[in-house]
Amino acid sequence: MTTNTNTSDAAGFFTLGDPIADTKAPTGVPVPQIWEERKAHAKLVNPANRRKIKVILVGTGLAGASAGATLGEAGYHVESFCYQDSPRRAHSIAAQGGINAAKNYRNDGDSVYRLFYDTVKGGDFRSRESNSYRLAEVSANIIDQCVAQGVPFAREYGGLLDNRSFGGVQVSRTFYARGQTGQQLLIGAYQALERQVAAGNVNTHTRHEMLELIVVDGVAKGIIVRDMVSGEIETHLGDAVVLATGGYGNVYFLSTNAMGCNVTAAWRAHRKGAYMGNPCYTQIHPTCIPVSGENQSKLTLMSESLRNDGRIWVPKKKEDCGKDPREIPEEDRDYYLERIYPAFGNLVPRDIASRQAKYMCDDGRGVGPEVDGVRRGVYLDFADAIARMGRDAVEKKYGNLFDMYKQITAENPYEVPMRVYPAVHYVMGGLWVDYDLESNVKGLFVAGEANFSDQGANRLGASALMQGLADGYFVLPYTIANYLADAPERIDESHPAVVEAQNAVQERINHFLTVGGTRSVDSYHKELGHIMWEYCGMERTKEGLTKAIGLIRELKADFWKNVKVLGTADSLNQSLEKAGRVADFFELGELMCIDALNRRESAGGHFRAESQTPDGEAERIDSEFAYVAAWEWGGEDGSPVLHQEALSYEAIEMKARSYK
Amino acid sequence: MKLTLNIWRQANQQAQGAMRTYELDGVSEDMSFLEMLDHLNEQLNEKGEDPVAFDHDCREGICGMCSLMINGQAHGPEVTTTCQLHMRSFKDGDTITIEPWRADPFPVLKDLVVDRSAFDRIIQSGGYISVNTGSAPEANNLPVAKEKADRAFDVATCIGCGACVAACPNGSASLFLGAKITHLGELPQGQPERWTRVVDMVAQHDHEGFGGCTNIGECTAACPKEIPLDVISQLNKDLRTAMRHGL
Amino acid sequence: MATPTLIKGGRSTRSTIALKLLMAVTGLVFIGYVLLHMYGNLKVFAGQDAFDTYAHHLRTFGEPMLPHKGLLWIIRVVLLLSIIGHAYAAFTLWARANSARTSKYVVKKAVAATLSSKMMRWGGVALLLFVVFHLLHLTTHTINVNGDPESPYDRVVSSFQPEQWWVAAIYLLAMVALAMHLRHGVWSACQTLGLTNNARSRMRANSVAVFVAVLVAGGFALVPLSILFGIVD
Repeated sequence: MTTNTNTSDAAGFFTLGDPIADTKAPTGVPVPQIWEERKAHAKLVNPANRRKIKVILVGTGLAGASAGATLGEAGYHVESFCYQDSPRRAHSIAAQGGINAAKNYRNDGDSVYRLFYDTVKGGDFRSRESNSYRLAEVSANIIDQCVAQGVPFAREYGGLLDNRSFGGVQVSRTFYARGQTGQQLLIGAYQALERQVAAGNVNTHTRHEMLELIVVDGVAKGIIVRDMVSGEIETHLGDAVVLATGGYGNVYFLSTNAMGCNVTAAWRAHRKGAYMGNPCYTQIHPTCIPVSGENQSKLTLMSESLRNDGRIWVPKKKEDCGKDPREIPEEDRDYYLERIYPAFGNLVPRDIASRQAKYMCDDGRGVGPEVDGVRRGVYLDFADAIARMGRDAVEKKYGNLFDMYKQITAENPYEVPMRVYPAVHYVMGGLWVDYDLESNVKGLFVAGEANFSDQGANRLGASALMQGLADGYFVLPYTIANYLADAPERIDESHPAVVEAQNAVQERINHFLTVGGTRSVDSYHKELGHIMWEYCGMERTKEGLTKAIGLIRELKADFWKNVKVLGTADSLNQSLEKAGRVADFFELGELMCIDALNRRESAGGHFRAESQTPDGEAERIDSEFAYVAAWEWGGEDGSPVLHQEALSYEAIEMKARSYK
Repeated sequence: MKLTLNIWRQANQQAQGAMRTYELDGVSEDMSFLEMLDHLNEQLNEKGEDPVAFDHDCREGICGMCSLMINGQAHGPEVTTTCQLHMRSFKDGDTITIEPWRADPFPVLKDLVVDRSAFDRIIQSGGYISVNTGSAPEANNLPVAKEKADRAFDVATCIGCGACVAACPNGSASLFLGAKITHLGELPQGQPERWTRVVDMVAQHDHEGFGGCTNIGECTAACPKEIPLDVISQLNKDLRTAMRHGL
Repeated sequence: MATPTLIKGGRSTRSTIALKLLMAVTGLVFIGYVLLHMYGNLKVFAGQDAFDTYAHHLRTFGEPMLPHKGLLWIIRVVLLLSIIGHAYAAFTLWARANSARTSKYVVKKAVAATLSSKMMRWGGVALLLFVVFHLLHLTTHTINVNGDPESPYDRVVSSFQPEQWWVAAIYLLAMVALAMHLRHGVWSACQTLGLTNNARSRMRANSVAVFVAVLVAGGFALVPLSILFGIVD
């Protein structure tokens, strides 16, 4: 841990704060016993008192819905919020591939330790050992819970659960429900949540968007939300606030996130003092359907399970790139992943698969239509799989993905190889939390993708669902009780902090509606997205990031002066909603670039061109960067403050990741 | 391509709505239907007109947020969600009529946006298996025959978009209801509450004001997830059994 | 009509599905009845004696255990109760459907609906009117088209003579309506009774529905057609 304000590439863009540390994970016990130890000593809340305790819960994806259901079952009073029209629509629903669990049903050598090991290694030694271990530890309980709820996982003929191998690991530990695992898990959690609504323990507020966090003396006391239908600004006070608001991949405009995914809840918390952890860690998913044109609004991911049987290639010769792929003979194809990484082949981790695809296209060997003069796509070919397994078997395994591809591209993947290209998919970064998932703002808990905690610099396939449900079902309910047991002090709506937050929200809305500019919110968002993708995407450089910061600042200044938002505040106004979200994306984007600039190493999803081995592989610099970058809001005109949390590894020896 | 769009505009739930006509140029066939509407909204925004409000979120056919009655068909002419409908399904010069889901239990909130919270309440009334976190037994203690697991999965793919209601001449939500009843009823875990579940969920369905099913089949034809009509038969059968149990 | 409340203590018997079950069961009663009725009608082809004996026997069936015309009255009561149930369910569901969508679509396409299913409600009303006509014609003789002969056989045969072609036309049109009503009704009853839980049984139910529709309507139509064309006289 040697970063200081002078030697950092980001010198001048930030100031250095005090180091921080997680103070909640018990010390002095081996990693496998930390969670047991923590649970054994966490304070409990008397069941009779729980009814009187109010928990504010924002977001109803896997983490939010599972936390809401579990807290409701425990007898707490939960107020749940989501911007969608139903909790069931949260974007966890779109996860396709599966969920990992260390059940070792296949008897192939899996264990809690191995899942932990894979997670830490996959995360490129930038996650906390304690958190990652706990994740692996509770993974098996998740499957039990979901099966009991009626989640229809894939089964074998004997009636027992089926598993598959997924995303760069050598054991079969992924549970799945065809290509709709996220949907099935979310519906399970949603149903459990609705059961608590019926029981009177949970109130759901749909079409409500959190616009401000209320903090008094460093303690979270409630939130301000906007009813997106009536436009009413509402204040909700509670004993604890849980943010399960997902990731901020939409800062790139084009991503696999839902259109509504945003950083606003997390960012408002950040501005109120919550640290943002490793914001530059984003995951670029290698197998998305390539961009087809200017008006595209989102990218569609296809499960990386496709890489189990599909082979990735590009033409060896540039002149073949425009040809019908079926006419390119075998010897003129470059199966580049199999060539470069013979041990893992097409199953290398996501960051490697993504970056290699970018290099192939940068090299002029991409395929598909030219967008801005470059063909951005590589083939994902099932011809061999169809020959080997038969068309029926392929259809059974991947039919719905193939149908989806055909629907979008109007090409038949049974006949023509699919084209794929990387797209922003998931962010490992998020609000900083300690072992209890509590932010440095007391009483503010952050779960799922919204926190930074378990995945490190890169996430393994089928681990996002695992983390969301682990946090919501099995971690948060214990740790939040420990906080609530001390009966946090309450405030009422006349408190100056509440009034200040209400006014801030109102002012911002008024500004957007009265600025009277000329450019639409979407056009700003698109431009910001281009900047982020270009300079803070798969490969980052000092020069590019510095340039990006300047561009973002310029664009942001213009946005505040020149954005055009029509309609009124007291009605359903989708442009107004977007304006608020994009405003926060600007600030986040800038911080991401500063974080990426400071981290002059390549780790997981963050690849700095200045830090690579002679043969072009990512080079981590443990001596300088084995820390979590927790950024504190530096004020409107100030610069962000970097707090470093040192990472140490006891259970696993830190070593360079190699997939060769 | 160039299109004429007839779109339902309504300021809010209380306001009187009306169809408005817009001419839209520069539509490419690779656009999704919603991207076409984005394109329209960009132009309306430029002209200073209030953009058309419509529900959408994931834009990959799974969240169930998008809706729209397109030329009299829920989610348009293809068997898919509106977000996955592409403009290649239309021709240059086409006139497209776009309306919100029409059903009294789904009141229009603005333009093409409707309130589907009735579906949430149907789930609240019993669309779950009562199991508290932490009390679940080891997952493989309960084998489920593959055919049953597969059928449960097939019907559990319902995305709760409401196309079945929109397409049904009776404004019934029986397909949605049947899908949940069948999903939970096929699994051994769902048995203990099976008969009370169907009674409670049907009662809530009726209470919300949805119509009764007359087995016409428009719902299943409109369903983007192709939930088969079987589930309504299953629903009826389960209710009949519940009746026999005196519930 | 949507109210954001959860209803407690729902009863299976108070549900829309209970109404549909009532509709299905009473519909099956009618199907049983029309099959027997049709069988009786076809006795026309066995000659006047056979037909008149059959008609007479219907009145004396079960004697002395049953009083004269006992069976006939039992049947009439069952049919009357069935029609009340059937119509009650139909009109209640019809009204519900109307209030479930008070704002209509400007454009609405039917994709899967069969013509029969679309004609169900108005076709049902038409059949109800026809039954009234039929009873007034051949049971109570209130509508007299043919001098009201004593023998049931003569009454039937004289009714469908080409001179009063419109009587045959009414009956034949009614049979078209009946065929359509049965086509959707039989399928719908199978579905409502929960007999169609997979694609195969659904196909089977649809085939049975078409078969029953053609059989019953065809069987009934045979008599007026044969008389009209002079095959029976």
